[in-house]
Amino acid sequence: MKKALRYGWLILVLLFIYVPILVLAVYSFTEATTVGGSTGGFSFKNYVNLFADDEMRGMIFGTVALALICAAISTALATFGAIGAFYSKRVTKSLINNFNQIPVVNADIVTGFSICILLIVIMRVDKNSFIPLGLGHVVLTAPFVYLSILPKLKQMDNSLYEAALDLGATPAQALFKVVLPQLIPGIASGFMLAVTLSLDDYFVTTYTKPSTFDTISTYVVNATRGSQTETKTALWALSTLIFVLVIIFVAAMNIVSVRKRRSA
Amino acid sequence: MTKLRFSRKQLCIPYALFLILFVIAPLFVIVYYAFTDGEGKFSFANFANFFTSTNTLGTLFYSFGLAIVTTLVCLAIAYPTAYILARSNIRKKYVLLMLFVLPMWINFTLRITALKEILSLIEGNISRYPFFNSVVGMTYDFLPFMLLPLYTSLQKMDKSLLEAASDLGANRVTVFLRVTLPLSVPGIISGMTMVLLPSMTNYVVLDMLYNSDYIMGSLIGSYFAAYDWHNGSMISLVLLVIIFFVTLITNRFSDKDASARGGVL
Repeated sequence: MKKALRYGWLILVLLFIYVPILVLAVYSFTEATTVGGSTGGFSFKNYVNLFADDEMRGMIFGTVALALICAAISTALATFGAIGAFYSKRVTKSLINNFNQIPVVNADIVTGFSICILLIVIMRVDKNSFIPLGLGHVVLTAPFVYLSILPKLKQMDNSLYEAALDLGATPAQALFKVVLPQLIPGIASGFMLAVTLSLDDYFVTTYTKPSTFDTISTYVVNATRGSQTETKTALWALSTLIFVLVIIFVAAMNIVSVRKRRSA
Repeated sequence: MTKLRFSRKQLCIPYALFLILFVIAPLFVIVYYAFTDGEGKFSFANFANFFTSTNTLGTLFYSFGLAIVTTLVCLAIAYPTAYILARSNIRKKYVLLMLFVLPMWINFTLRITALKEILSLIEGNISRYPFFNSVVGMTYDFLPFMLLPLYTSLQKMDKSLLEAASDLGANRVTVFLRVTLPLSVPGIISGMTMVLLPSMTNYVVLDMLYNSDYIMGSLIGSYFAAYDWHNGSMISLVLLVIIFFVTLITNRFSDKDASARGGVL
């Protein structure tokens, strides 16, 4: 009985989480214009529209490109930042740690708005140059990369770096051949986190983006304001595709980590 | 030829400069704009605007109310879930946890689109219950962020303490109330901050659900749309002060769990 109650609760919560996504997924394969409305039968119409429309293809491509580029910059910047800070004096280190914490606890909207004021209003950087947008996303994501590298630095065996230097490596060689390889798990998870944060962002994007550029988030929000049913239902298809990709990705990650644990 | 020499410490210089230029400087700019007028002269007008307008004050209280209710609802759903997951002895419980947090990786605007369709189907006209729907929308959006820190703190709890308590004669309710619950306070606090702050500012959820907005974030949005940087900065400053105090309180309770936001990977 107790057990039934427990599983019942879990199932209830899962239903809350998944019913909207799954119902939308089912309707994305029909001609329906509202969920619960007449379906008009099975159709790939929404999927065809999603990829036939230049604007939507460009928006999806732009979102992914932005996320990957910004995550790469964030990762490079924050990885060296974390290594440097870790070996700095205590004052410097805690200063950088605290500065790093600001975008983490700050509301995204305040981050976005303040960068907009500094770069676009005061420094008059052209929005259309993508510089405010790119910088905004780096500010948003780099601190999280920093945080995922810090624990790996603590675990690292410091004597390896010293040994490399004693054996005649230059600091640069020791850094790239000894220190960085040990940080790879932290760098990888930091990069992934940066990509997901950038993909999900609405607020920083909306305050810093060029007026003609849209990411998935800003595009979807604009689409819900409009009355274009064709755009709306094409987004159902997009939602379903992303859902499937996320499942595949998470499953793959799980399989990799299980394999790793077995071989270890 | 001199070789490029550097010590490891110097590697942090680019990042430190970056933080000063694009994290610290914007905050000073916000403060400056909040207390100046259009001609750049010092002014309390924006400050006075905020604290005398019934609109902004009402919005502040509405945001607080909405954020607190959302946080409590998230806690009420996530705590039992995290507890059951952490205590269950099924194999592959990690996979089960993944199932609960997986939607986190789907773009939130798309998830809210899905929720909106379902709510419209159930309620007919969703603008009839704005507060209720806002809470549902925010809960739907932020639940994983409450669940993860709770699960982490319940999972890593020293189980021998629980056994000791029951060996010493405590019944299950007492064990929960006097051992499990106090030990999970860091998780509760960090989950609550993960939900409280976004639900005060994420006006997109409301905007998408019924084209209306009454929370702090939307004020910034409307000042932004009107190019009113000074009043917008004032709202940002108020939010910054709130965030500062919330962080101050939570730092006293939470253990340093860096990976709170989306850190399963």
